[in-house]
Amino acid sequence: MSVDQKMDSGRRTLLLATSAAGGVAAVATAVPFVASLTPSERAKAAGAPVEVDVGKLAPGEMMTVEWRGKPVWILRRTEDMLASLDKAEDKVSDPSSDKPMQPAYAKNKHRSIKPEFLVAVGICTHLGCSPSEKFKPGAEGGMSADWPGGFLCPCHGSMFDLAGRVYKSMPAPDNLEIPPHQYLADTTILVGEDGKA
Amino acid sequence: MTTKTQALLNWVDERFPLTSSIKGHLTEYYAPKNFNFWYFFGSLALLVLVIQILTGIFLVMHYKPDASLNAAGVPVAFASVEYIMREVPGGWLIRYLHSTGASAFFVVVYLHMFRGLLYGSYRKPRELIWIFGTLIFLVLMAEAFMGYLLPWGQMSFWGAQVIVNLFSAIPIIGPDLSLVIRGDYVVSDATLNRFFSFHVIAVPLVLIGLVAAHIIALHEVGSNNPDGVEIKKKKDANGIPLDGIPFHPYYTVKDIVGVVAFLFFFSAVVFFAPEAGGYFLEFNNFLPADPLTTPPHIAPVWYFTPFYSILRAVTYPLFGLDAKFWGVVAMGASVVIIAFLPWLDRSPVKSIRYKGPIFKFAVVVFVICFFILGYLGVLPPTPGRTLVSQICSVLYFAFFLAMPWYSKIDKCKPEPERVNFK
Repeated sequence: MSVDQKMDSGRRTLLLATSAAGGVAAVATAVPFVASLTPSERAKAAGAPVEVDVGKLAPGEMMTVEWRGKPVWILRRTEDMLASLDKAEDKVSDPSSDKPMQPAYAKNKHRSIKPEFLVAVGICTHLGCSPSEKFKPGAEGGMSADWPGGFLCPCHGSMFDLAGRVYKSMPAPDNLEIPPHQYLADTTILVGEDGKA
Repeated sequence: MTTKTQALLNWVDERFPLTSSIKGHLTEYYAPKNFNFWYFFGSLALLVLVIQILTGIFLVMHYKPDASLNAAGVPVAFASVEYIMREVPGGWLIRYLHSTGASAFFVVVYLHMFRGLLYGSYRKPRELIWIFGTLIFLVLMAEAFMGYLLPWGQMSFWGAQVIVNLFSAIPIIGPDLSLVIRGDYVVSDATLNRFFSFHVIAVPLVLIGLVAAHIIALHEVGSNNPDGVEIKKKKDANGIPLDGIPFHPYYTVKDIVGVVAFLFFFSAVVFFAPEAGGYFLEFNNFLPADPLTTPPHIAPVWYFTPFYSILRAVTYPLFGLDAKFWGVVAMGASVVIIAFLPWLDRSPVKSIRYKGPIFKFAVVVFVICFFILGYLGVLPPTPGRTLVSQICSVLYFAFFLAMPWYSKIDKCKPEPERVNFK
């Protein structure tokens, strides 16, 4: 622009105001498009709780149910398995479950309502793979000789004990998530709702 | 040319820059006369882009992005890929061309990038060409990743699960960001449909735009060459570079040789080894996606493995943030840092031919590290392998970050006045 040209400041102001208004309109138009990327009402509604009968589950056995598209494990722990939690106590990074990865009623040593039944979301807190069962203690399952039994994530090698507590210096930062759940009867668990909310 | 066709051409030229575009980009675009083997890969990348778009158009006619289960209990998307393979006439060939094309794209793009590294093609005045190129590489990775979800096999599903979860490592916005990417709390039908939309229209549009910008910028400044000297410095009386030859017919004909040789190898893979031993098409992806069972070993497709190794190599938390977050940062940085090469290289010469021993040694170490990282990326992690990938990751970054110093002190040979040509 040459210097001797006189700038019409009135028109310039109008130009700026029009551009600003147009910009606001453009941003406002983007809102419904971005909103359409968030989970739909149907996806939100799909989080219905799941009722599970654990009566037929033998001690030491685990079953997997689907809740919100995620695998939820229900593991009936034996006395030995519960005892193994003590052995893992000083190897796990958050032994007393201080991080909020569980409802308050599962913030205990066995991370469950009844010590016998562990209910946990079977998704590694690292990058979302599903850890595999390594229940047998010792080196038999390809683990170290002092392995007390637990879970191993196949993707990046994170190890968890039988209460879903993550070992120290693992890629996974947190313990496995304990979903809200409650007992409807002695052997019937409702996963996804704890009656409080 | 007859007067009638000349008249028609004139009529068009008065309304559209046809003749001048052909001249500017082909018949009077002067490229250095000393191009060698390494200069095939730019035109080959363009060829593969055309193959991918053409085969893609035909695949979309039969593919269905639907994660719901059909009457046989198989996800519709997975079943539609099997349908293409078994029942659509020629469908198997079109799909194998597309799946092999994905790997071929990365082969030629990696070689094309390496050419730039060897001959200093990123140096002034070609910084923008290099930046557009890095963006093409990034967009290509997004395109490949999203395309890999579409067959809805086990590796599709769990690969997407792992990569989308990477975004949740970003503090504060991370969890919501990964929710917006997936459109659901887990990788689901919503994810499959949006990835399909991105893979077939949004990302290819961006890719084609970037390729156009890459070529326009190249034709503005002119091509580099294996000697790294500017041919525009020495021109004849007509203003034509003394060492330049018209792109057409000289390099169009030369590139046809490259195309024939490339298609020879490409066809061999398509017809005899489309799975390439599980590297181009992973065996676990022949199982339909199962959200409840992770395959025992998840490895990305080969072209992502060097960067995936860098991600896994970060195992220490820092500044109160998880190792997971820093792994994501390191992986992102390992790609983005490539764009900064024009300003990291302080060598007085462009081409490796005249660079000193330190730079040559650094390039060799860099390439070895890149291959080791790529190899480790397909293997499950062990403490020993993690240590090796940590060393290689450090060397990978050192190649770039220490370049301003070692490229400056290096003993370079003098550049010739004009290109070498026998």
